[in-house]
Amino acid sequence: MNEKKILDEMWGRDDALRDPYECFQAWFEGEDIARLRAKQREAEEVFRLTGITFNVYGRAEAEERLIPFDIIPRIISGREWQRLSRGIEQRVRAINAFLYDIYHRQEIVKAGRIPEEAIARNDAFLPEMIGVKPPGGVYTHIVGIDLVRTGDNEFYVLEDNARTPSGVSYMLENRETMLQMFPELFSKNRVQPVQTYPADLRQSLAACAPEDCNGRPTVAVLTPGIYNSAYFEHAFLADQMGVELVEGHDLRIVDGKVAMRTTQGYQPIDVLYRRVDDDFLDPLNFNADSALGIPGIMDVYRAGRITIANAPGTGIADDKAIYSYMPDIVEFYTGEKAILENVPTWRCSEPDALAYVLDNLGDLVVKEVHGSGGYGMLIGPTATRKEIAEFRKKLEARPGNYIAQPTLSLSTVPIFTRKGLAPRHVDLRPFVLVSPAGIKITPGGLTRVALKKGSLVVNSSQGGGTKDTWVLED
Amino acid sequence: MLGKTANGLYWMYRYLERAENTSRLVETGQRIALTRLDSPDDEWVSVMQTAGVATAYKKHHDVVTKETAIDWMLRAKENPSSVLSVISETRQNARMVRTALTHDVWEAVNGCYMKVKEALARRVNERDLPAVIDLIKERTALVRGTTQGTMLRNDIFNFARIGTYLERADNISRILDVKYYVLLPSVLSVGSSIDNVQWETILRSVSARGGFRMVHGNQATPRDIAQFLILDRRMPRSLKFSILKIRDNMEYLAADYGVRHASHELVGRLVDSFMSQDIDDIFDYGLHEYLQNLLAALGDLGRQIEVDYRFYE
Repeated sequence: MNEKKILDEMWGRDDALRDPYECFQAWFEGEDIARLRAKQREAEEVFRLTGITFNVYGRAEAEERLIPFDIIPRIISGREWQRLSRGIEQRVRAINAFLYDIYHRQEIVKAGRIPEEAIARNDAFLPEMIGVKPPGGVYTHIVGIDLVRTGDNEFYVLEDNARTPSGVSYMLENRETMLQMFPELFSKNRVQPVQTYPADLRQSLAACAPEDCNGRPTVAVLTPGIYNSAYFEHAFLADQMGVELVEGHDLRIVDGKVAMRTTQGYQPIDVLYRRVDDDFLDPLNFNADSALGIPGIMDVYRAGRITIANAPGTGIADDKAIYSYMPDIVEFYTGEKAILENVPTWRCSEPDALAYVLDNLGDLVVKEVHGSGGYGMLIGPTATRKEIAEFRKKLEARPGNYIAQPTLSLSTVPIFTRKGLAPRHVDLRPFVLVSPAGIKITPGGLTRVALKKGSLVVNSSQGGGTKDTWVLED
Repeated sequence: MLGKTANGLYWMYRYLERAENTSRLVETGQRIALTRLDSPDDEWVSVMQTAGVATAYKKHHDVVTKETAIDWMLRAKENPSSVLSVISETRQNARMVRTALTHDVWEAVNGCYMKVKEALARRVNERDLPAVIDLIKERTALVRGTTQGTMLRNDIFNFARIGTYLERADNISRILDVKYYVLLPSVLSVGSSIDNVQWETILRSVSARGGFRMVHGNQATPRDIAQFLILDRRMPRSLKFSILKIRDNMEYLAADYGVRHASHELVGRLVDSFMSQDIDDIFDYGLHEYLQNLLAALGDLGRQIEVDYRFYE
């Protein structure tokens, strides 16, 4: 076994073309580089015109930016996907069982598998949710699990996004763009479709409607507004599902239901797919300064008269400190060993772990427990001595705020550059829908790619791009 | 439909209409400036008055020159009614009501914004002005065309239309009001060549020259021009055409929702009191007073629609 060599998903470890790419490679060889270059520009034009942009916080100037799109697809075989999706499903079931338990009897704490303070002292734990049973018993209606690959069958979970995962519009638009630009590729490869996602999402949300809902449930998407970084996606999903896109000021409580102000008066909503954080959901119950939320929505929620997707308080399940307990969590609730690997994690709140991390800063990735978007982290192997020294101070000052992980040899997938194909590191975020009717995983997901050579940071806010992700029908 | 969405649609199409009208006014102003030998810069004051942007201009500039006037109307960020400002507003509103628009309309709006923004990124050269004006007209026409060709005929469409025609009626009234004195019968006796230019200005600024000629031939009299722009319902940029369109679309809403509001009363009264007399009655009453009253009535109607259809809290 060659530990040092990185897996390239197209060329393997030793320049031997891997099966899923056979058909693609035959096509690529016959292509003219100049034509592909024109296609790459064409793709950018399509994205710009469609308005698939994200807003960068704190930058008035470059208000809207495009996430770079790379035309080389990432291809996964049906067999690989099957195993992967079994692992994802297992994990998502465990997360929902964990959330129910944490907000009810806390058996897992009583069994000593998770220390009490990891829950009670956690900011992501919402006391308001204790004893509340969400409609349909579902906590995380939409989950985006971040995975990285290190070997043929080795996938690690980096993060379980159980709050309001974003990026699904890119999965859909990337595919749409590829279909438009390279129809011939889809005639030659049997690629499993992703386009059913919006219909599946609506169905899945409707299946979680409150018990008092008769007839077809009214679904709405709640957005913080047009200045939010993911506004495009919020509008996109509402449009594709054929439901209203609402903001807090469109809503109020009328006759014990959450209702939206229409041109014909207030109309009740049954299911709210919210894309605002817990803190901003209800100024009466949480952040009193929030102008985004709906005063009193939590009271309607506790009365079981609205479904909020995802449920408030799910953040406790994707918290980076809880993450390290995930193998235990999966085992505790499913009775099986976790199929997907967890990245070994040192909790810096523990003195032994902290000592180890401080001794090995140059080899580790250190992250903030509540951070996201690739900010506030240290990537030891690529950091300068000065950066490491500065980070050491922050870590020593607040060890409980950090976890550390080894750097993984992330797999690469080729991107299209001026000189032809070149390998770049990738991750994968598949999207999972949960309802009482079952768990549905869209075959594919969002592949993010670090466009800079050798870089491991795939976040769009820091120079990452995206790719269309194919799951082949074997 | 959300009240907010109705609001966004209404304003999106108001701004779109304003962009087109403003660019047409610039075109007209430029043409007059080029065809007149005496103090051509004076005309820009009246052009800016017509566009309703003269007062704000004076706050930012001491003198009126062709260059600054054109720049103010096309691209000044401090001018909320400059073409660039209203096209940005059109797009911002379109983003807000994205779910109510077809893909085609959204792409047309977004494309319009991208191209116009690019064309107006810096001061427009006199040489490039005709091409820039054409671009604005083409891009806004594309939004109107996709709206016409791809949108369902439902309440969404009705609010879009109400916004379009309220803005249009407002703009035509202003154009006529700024120039009303050249249309008064008493001026006819003066019969100077200046008046011919002024009349042509009015017709040009609402793209009515061809239509007018078809109906009235080459002999323009102020009475015919006023009749044509106020009361001829065949003319898509006449007051009557616009106001009847507002009423029609409000009636569709009433039928669709099964509810009549105070705004339906208002629009009915507006049609009765402004569209039922003939042009001589209007001159007898006083053209300026008539237009002022009409502008006030249009303002009241707009505000009542906002309330009746819950645009805001």
